[in-house]
Amino acid sequence: MFDLDRWQEIYHVLSKNKLRTFLTAFGVFWGIFMLVIMLGSGNGLERGVTQNFGDMATNSVFIWTQQTTIPYKGFSRGRSYNFDNEDVIAIQHSVPEIKYLAPRIQAGGFMQTNNVIRGLKSGVFNIMGDYPAFNKIDPLNFVQGRFINDLDIKDKRKVAVIGSRVVDFLFKKDEKPINQYIQIQGVYFQVIGIFTSKRTGEQANQENQNIYIPFTTLQQTYNYGNAVGFFSITSKDNIPVSVVEEKTIRLLKKRHSVAPSDEAAVGHFNLKKEYDQMKGLFFGIQLLVWIVGTGTLLAGVIGVSNIMLVVVRERTKEIGIQRALGATPWKVISQIMMESVVLTTFAGYFGLVIGVGLLELINFLLESSGSNTEMFVHPGIDFSVAVTALTILVFCGALAGMIPARRAVSVKPIDALRYE
Amino acid sequence: MVNFDLKIQVMIKIKQVHKSYITGQNSLHVLKGIDLEVGAGEMISIMGASGSGKSTLLNILGILDNYDSGEYLLDGIKINRLSERKAAQLRNKMLGFVFQSFNLVSFKNAMENVALPLYYQNVPRKKRNLIAMEYLERMGLKDWAHHLPNELSGGQKQRVAIARALIGKPKVILADEPTGALDSTTSLEVMDILQEVNSTGITLIIVTHEHDIALRTQKTIRITDGNITEIIKN
Repeated sequence: MFDLDRWQEIYHVLSKNKLRTFLTAFGVFWGIFMLVIMLGSGNGLERGVTQNFGDMATNSVFIWTQQTTIPYKGFSRGRSYNFDNEDVIAIQHSVPEIKYLAPRIQAGGFMQTNNVIRGLKSGVFNIMGDYPAFNKIDPLNFVQGRFINDLDIKDKRKVAVIGSRVVDFLFKKDEKPINQYIQIQGVYFQVIGIFTSKRTGEQANQENQNIYIPFTTLQQTYNYGNAVGFFSITSKDNIPVSVVEEKTIRLLKKRHSVAPSDEAAVGHFNLKKEYDQMKGLFFGIQLLVWIVGTGTLLAGVIGVSNIMLVVVRERTKEIGIQRALGATPWKVISQIMMESVVLTTFAGYFGLVIGVGLLELINFLLESSGSNTEMFVHPGIDFSVAVTALTILVFCGALAGMIPARRAVSVKPIDALRYE
Repeated sequence: MVNFDLKIQVMIKIKQVHKSYITGQNSLHVLKGIDLEVGAGEMISIMGASGSGKSTLLNILGILDNYDSGEYLLDGIKINRLSERKAAQLRNKMLGFVFQSFNLVSFKNAMENVALPLYYQNVPRKKRNLIAMEYLERMGLKDWAHHLPNELSGGQKQRVAIARALIGKPKVILADEPTGALDSTTSLEVMDILQEVNSTGITLIIVTHEHDIALRTQKTIRITDGNITEIIKN
């Protein structure tokens, strides 16, 4: 591989017409540079959007009640109803495909007057009554303490898990919130855990203002009877969440005398569907990026091939001399292909390095500016993609050199020698 | 001492060689059945008007071109429609070339140019450069070893080319108008060198159109219209 004469010849060929070499190299450079920038930006966008999902299980569905729109079993339309604790047992009993079932009920909060007080401080926060399973479906980042557990539910303990923004509002910087008491809508709760959201941007801010208390405690303390606000459900692995969604809704409609054809009476949101759509979108973006990127790259490589053809023509006589002196066709072919590979790889490597460098710079600026950008997080490309791109480059370089190299040896040595 | 009882070994033998060039509809019959035998260690010259076919003959002898029919034996090896790879190897091992226009590789210095045939034999760089220096010294060009061809005079270039032709220890050296681009004094010098080369036992075939050059070879072969018309012993 390291053959000084070879490199001397490569250097001679490439430095003979520096501007031409530069312009040719630029074509390849630009191709790979664009590919890196576009892939990196696409990844940044994708990371930004998928982070909005947090670590939420994507095979989950949410079901809540709405007003009926069809009269059924003697009930008129426009009826409001509530899910209840018996539904929980019924669902667990008759939908075995469910992995986690987390009923929830919410006690006021958003857009209300101050509902949480500690000493002289107070604020408006969302109060959620939850089961331990909720943390499995939409996990939180625990800074300190823990989430609600089964004993909390069973004993209807007055304990609360609070978000980081709640801590900021109710506690001084040097205070330790754990085991302290806060007053939620007139009742004292002990703080047992502090969390931060796994999402970004405004969504994270929202979640960090949540307070979670045991589901059973909330029902009893604030007189919700046995009402359930909504269900969060995940399906078992390998079972599509839509199966669970359909079965559960059918069951709930039957239990609450809702017409089976009443689409509007049960509200539901299938995260999987949403997630798949998003994935499809990003797949489309990535496909487009690869098509455009490799197209640009291909144009650069064709440029290299063209220039190599010109170089070979210019050097016809030189190659003729070498062949007269005993250079075998393979020697000539490998020399020309190597020139082409060196040019492409060198230019491509620069494109890669500068592209990644630019992405890192953007990343650095985004992070140091401190702006919480929701839609664009950590742009960059995977190492494996970079290696793939370089491999493609070497391959393309060889391919670009192939045609000129074959042209060079297809001329008879005597014709090559006579060429002026 | 040369043993006169031994039959001189035949280095080059061609029998009824024909060669035509086809350009479009026209076919140009350049060699019309050439018979020639050159013994090992002989020094012969080929003369003829331009277009007579002398260069074509030299190219066929040099395995740079194919012939249409007939037979060519080089040191007993049948040369006929060889693969380019085989032809390149044979050129490298058996033949040395000296051209009118020197044909040195412009980006290699004198030493590297001389070493080139050894490069194609995959001789390590250090070793081949050392050998090249020896040959340059023989040509009296040791001080010019690191000069590029465009820094050398015509005579010097041709001497570098001769050194390059010699370094592969060829059996035959083919020289196509070796003095064509040189003035008369330099021409004489180059011919001296070529004669000296011949005296080491290497077969030499020179194509020329100058009589005094031809006179310095042992045999002159005259080609007219694709046929050998005359063989003169000088």
